[in-house]
Formats: sequence, structure tokens, C-alpha cells
Amino acid sequence: MKLTVNGRSRTVQAHPMKRLLDVLREDCGLTGTKEGCGEGECGACTVLVDGIAVDSCLVPAAHAEGRRVVTIEGAAATRTGRALQNAFVVHGGAQCGICTPGMILAAAPLKTGASLDEIKSALAGNLCRCTGYPAIFRSVTSALKTKRGARAGRR
Amino acid sequence: MPVAAEMLALERPRSLKQALTMLGSDPGLTPIAGCTDVYVGLHFGTLADRRFIDLWELEELRGISVERDVLRIGALTTYAEIIASRAVQKRVPMLAAASREVGGAQIQNRGTLGGNVANASPAGDTLPVLAAANARIVLRNQRSTRVVSFDSYYTGYRTSVRQRDELIVAIEIPRIDGAQWWRKVGTRRAQAISKIMIAGVRGRDVRIAFGSVAPTVVLASHAAAVLSRGGSIGDAQAALRQDIAPIDDVRSTGEYRATVARNLLAQFWKETD
Repeated sequence: MKLTVNGRSRTVQAHPMKRLLDVLREDCGLTGTKEGCGEGECGACTVLVDGIAVDSCLVPAAHAEGRRVVTIEGAAATRTGRALQNAFVVHGGAQCGICTPGMILAAAPLKTGASLDEIKSALAGNLCRCTGYPAIFRSVTSALKTKRGARAGRR
Repeated sequence: MPVAAEMLALERPRSLKQALTMLGSDPGLTPIAGCTDVYVGLHFGTLADRRFIDLWELEELRGISVERDVLRIGALTTYAEIIASRAVQKRVPMLAAASREVGGAQIQNRGTLGGNVANASPAGDTLPVLAAANARIVLRNQRSTRVVSFDSYYTGYRTSVRQRDELIVAIEIPRIDGAQWWRKVGTRRAQAISKIMIAGVRGRDVRIAFGSVAPTVVLASHAAAVLSRGGSIGDAQAALRQDIAPIDDVRSTGEYRATVARNLLAQFWKETD
């Protein structure tokens, strides 16, 4: 089966019902995507399929065929993804790190200047058990500031 | 995953017609789409099914339209698509509200309305809305199409009138006259299975439905009848006892659910006045 992962076209031998999570970790060797609960509750395994955030533990390999998948390893390819990663470092948005790849990919589809409510809605399906949400919300808010807002923040 | 993928079989039809033909000759296949319930069942070993038919790519089953004043929602329409739909926001805002509280964004991006109906959980978030909205379920097999009133769709706990060779192709919602109200009570807003849900329509007729208080979603017809004929909310709350049968389970006690149901009924009536 063919799919594109982080901009690179790949052919993998995978059963159509194999979880996308396992295809990424085992067949593609991309272990940045974490398995938390395995039942769509925690969001740790979030990846983008054609730009849409999904829990990869609930997606059959068949549904990734011919699609563009982005994992945390490829998140830095976009300006928003880079800004999110930097902001999580600067604002202490990560502690143990298990939820971080999912948090960053769940936030990635948000538009620049997203409100705190929009950020909270986008991350409602992602659980963190150590850093706590305020630091994560601060990180995402900072990364999504408009260019003008970001400049004002530096002054 | 306790069940290895190699133990599973997946048929992948390219059209609705092909899917119905496959189901007609092999009714042992279980239809799947967004898979948000299927993989949970496989992960915990609670799902015995091993042979599936994938509907996810069938574009014919997607989309929202309005025909002759009836809102038609294709079975594969996701919660995210329902939330974004102007037609849904305008005609059935309680359905958009219910969809917003299904899981988190990742679940809303994959879970489908047809799947919520087919999965037949008494805790299905959109089901009280469909009951209160007097919705109809459109079922099709390779020979014919039939339309079933949502009131008579479920026959018991996790069972319905859908035959193994039939697919849910759409959900139809006629025009709703009156104020709509929806509320879910759970442990937290997102990602929590509900302890109890209510959907209500207050127009010339009153229609009220509850989720998670009986083996299936239920219409509170006794309570609604009291309110329709101008009775007091106290009398309606007393009548509600005949409509619901909440049980103790891991999420709540029956007594708690009965109390919250009475309070939600009063809140619905007050806020739609």
C-alpha cells in the first residue's frame, strides 16, 4: 500500500486493518507518535491525515492509503509546526513528553490568531497528566499569535 | 491490540451498489466507517466481529442537503461536518450542539452520524436529538429502500430493526417548529461518556428524549403529555418516572440519574419559556 508520510512517498506491506499508529511506528520506523490509551481518549497518537487531526489508534491502514500523513517528525516542515515546537520549549509546555507530539499535531490545523476558546476546543481530546494545561495553552497561544502580536510581545 | 490485524478481514467496496451486493451475499460482514467505536471494541476484546466491510470511501453516503423542507444527512457525514453545516445550525441547532460534545476534535473528524445510530449505544450522544426531532432512518438493501421512524428503530439494548443485509444510508429530519434544547451531563465536557442526556422541542407539541436512562434512547412521552396539556412541571416530573428506567453502572447510580433527569426536565421548561 502506498501513502505519503511527512512529504515522502512510501510503500508498506501492511494489513488493511492494522492501526495507522502501528504502521507508522513499526513499518515506517517513526516512533515519535505515542500510544497512550489505545481507545481514542487521550490524543497522544494524534497525526494529520490530509491535514485533519485524527487518533491514529482508531484509523485502519486502509484509510491512509494514497493519503498524506504528517507525524511529529514532519511537523517542523510548516511554519506553524515550527512555531509550536519552539513555543513548547520556551513556555515549558512539555514535561514527560508523552502527550506533546499529539498536542502539537492537534494544534497544527489551528489558524494564526486563534482564540483561547478555539485552542481549548482543538485540544479537548488531548490529555496531559503532568505539565498541566495552562503551560500548554500558553505555548499554543504564543505560537499562533499574529506576526504583529508576536512583535508586540517581544518589545 | 489484543486482536492481531491478521485475524481480521476487510472488504472494500468501491460503490454503494457494490457494498449492498456484498452484504446481500455475505450478511456476516459488519459495516465500518470512522472506526471510532470499532477499534475500542477490538482493543478491549469486547467486539466479537472479525469480518468487516469498509464504507469510509463511499462518497454517495456523505453530505447534507435540504429537499422539500426535510434535512437529509448522509450516513457517513462526520460530527465535524455537522458542526460546520449552516443548514444544521439553522434547522437543528441541538444536533450541532450535541455533535460538539462528542469526544474531542479527533473523534469529531472521524465519527459519523450513521455510525452513532448503528452502534446503538444507549449513551449515543446524538440519539436523544434524533428522537426529539422525530427523525427517520433511511435503510437500503440491494433490492429496496425503506424509511423507518426513529421512534421504532431500536428494539432493545443494542438491537434495531436493521437487517444484516441493510445499510443506513441517511438520516432525515423534518422541519422542527418550536424551541430546541439539549444538555449532556458527564464527568467533563469533552471525552467523557455521558451520565445522562436530554433533548427537547417545545412547540405546539412537546417532544422530550433522554439518553443513558434506559436500555435504548427513550421518548419521555408521559412527561411531555403533561406539559403539552398545560400541566405543572411538578406533575411532569412525577410522570417522568413512567418514561425512564435508569440503572447503576460504573459511571453513575440510577438514583442520581433519576434526580438529574427531573432537574433537566425543569431546566428545559424554564429556559425555553
